[in-house]
Amino acid sequence: MKLLRFFSRPQSAPAARERLQVLLAHERVAVGDSDLLTKLRDEILRAISKHMQIDDERVTIRMERGAQVSTLAVDIEIPFDKDKKAA
Amino acid sequence: MGKVIVVTSGKGGVGKTTSSAALGAALARNGEKVVVVDFDVGLRNLDLIMGAERRVVYDLINVIQGEAKLAQALIRDKRLETLYLLPASQTRDKDNLTAEGVETVIAALKQSFDWVICDSPAGIERGATLAMRHADVAIVVTNPEVSSVRDSDRIIGLLDSKTLMAEQGERMEKHLLLTRYDPARAERGDMLKVDDVLEILSIPLLGIVPESMDVLRASNVGSPVTLSDERSAPAIAYFDAARRLRGELLPVTIPGEKRGFFGKLFGRKAA
Ligand SMILES: Nc1ncnc2c1ncn2[C@@H]1O[C@H](COP(=O)(O)OP(=O)(O)OP(=O)(O)O)[C@@H](O)[C@H]1O
Ligand SMILES: [Mg+2]
Repeated sequence: MKLLRFFSRPQSAPAARERLQVLLAHERVAVGDSDLLTKLRDEILRAISKHMQIDDERVTIRMERGAQVSTLAVDIEIPFDKDKKAA
Repeated sequence: MGKVIVVTSGKGGVGKTTSSAALGAALARNGEKVVVVDFDVGLRNLDLIMGAERRVVYDLINVIQGEAKLAQALIRDKRLETLYLLPASQTRDKDNLTAEGVETVIAALKQSFDWVICDSPAGIERGATLAMRHADVAIVVTNPEVSSVRDSDRIIGLLDSKTLMAEQGERMEKHLLLTRYDPARAERGDMLKVDDVLEILSIPLLGIVPESMDVLRASNVGSPVTLSDERSAPAIAYFDAARRLRGELLPVTIPGEKRGFFGKLFGRKAA
């Protein structure tokens, strides 16, 4: 019996349950289109766009929605123009 | 210039999303650049099947509406670096999916990917017709069962009339992918035979994917079956189908039977 379990693969249903719980928790708190992460994303981008042209080559956005913690990473490549004074 | 494939069926729940993910991963395993696009606006699931549901930043509608750049909406697979996903929107209305928007997105994707796989929603409405509109090749996913075969026939009619290729007087390349094939039921004679389905639909066979627990397990853990369990029967069927898509001539084996299917498959003249 034990041997059988040793050779059988781990159950996959617990993974399904855990993934669904995290996903649905995030989807349920979203009002209309946006959860907190989405709102932060948009506000950060708006702030950036006041100072520079947002170019998809230069701005990378990553999100990861977790059970306890979510992460939002906005990676911006800021070209340095020495002839230009700060706005 | 990449090839655009639509994975379609008419009937719901026959295995379009499972097949889009599995074939996408199988093609990307060879180092070819693949993007799988979810056209099921409002009921997206491809992200979940590919295990990227927590990492969605933007979606197809955001790109079409000009709220995000295409490059920002693409999610790279964690396991295969040549595999990408373009998710559908979960919250926006289907009406945001415009013909011009889809055209622009597909044209841009064709520039940077070898394969653009469009996972169609069920039905014959806007989402389904837009998913097939720009395709070069169609994969018609069918279960060996009467209503699925009937709906596939209907979809084949649309592929031959409502697509860009059809409107330009060209004939779209169409392939039949028979999924959820149950050898035990075939043995008992309670399931439509492969030959019968092929004769009725008369399009060439891309592969036969057996009904399998491995598909369920793959969806539970969020991995295309061709990545989670590459030696399983459904994964092997998808890998072979991917090779046929690349143009290789491989005999199709019917699950539960030993003999190949080569002669019949290519002997028949495809409509
Ligand atoms: N070969 C298979 N063996 C066992 N189960 C399968 C197989 N193919 C698909 N399924 C299951 O069938 C169900 C529907 O599959 P899937 O979501 O891929 O279909 P679909 O055509 O994309 O559906 P929809 O029309 O709703 O978009 C899922 O639960 C999936 O796990
Ligand atoms: Mg689907």
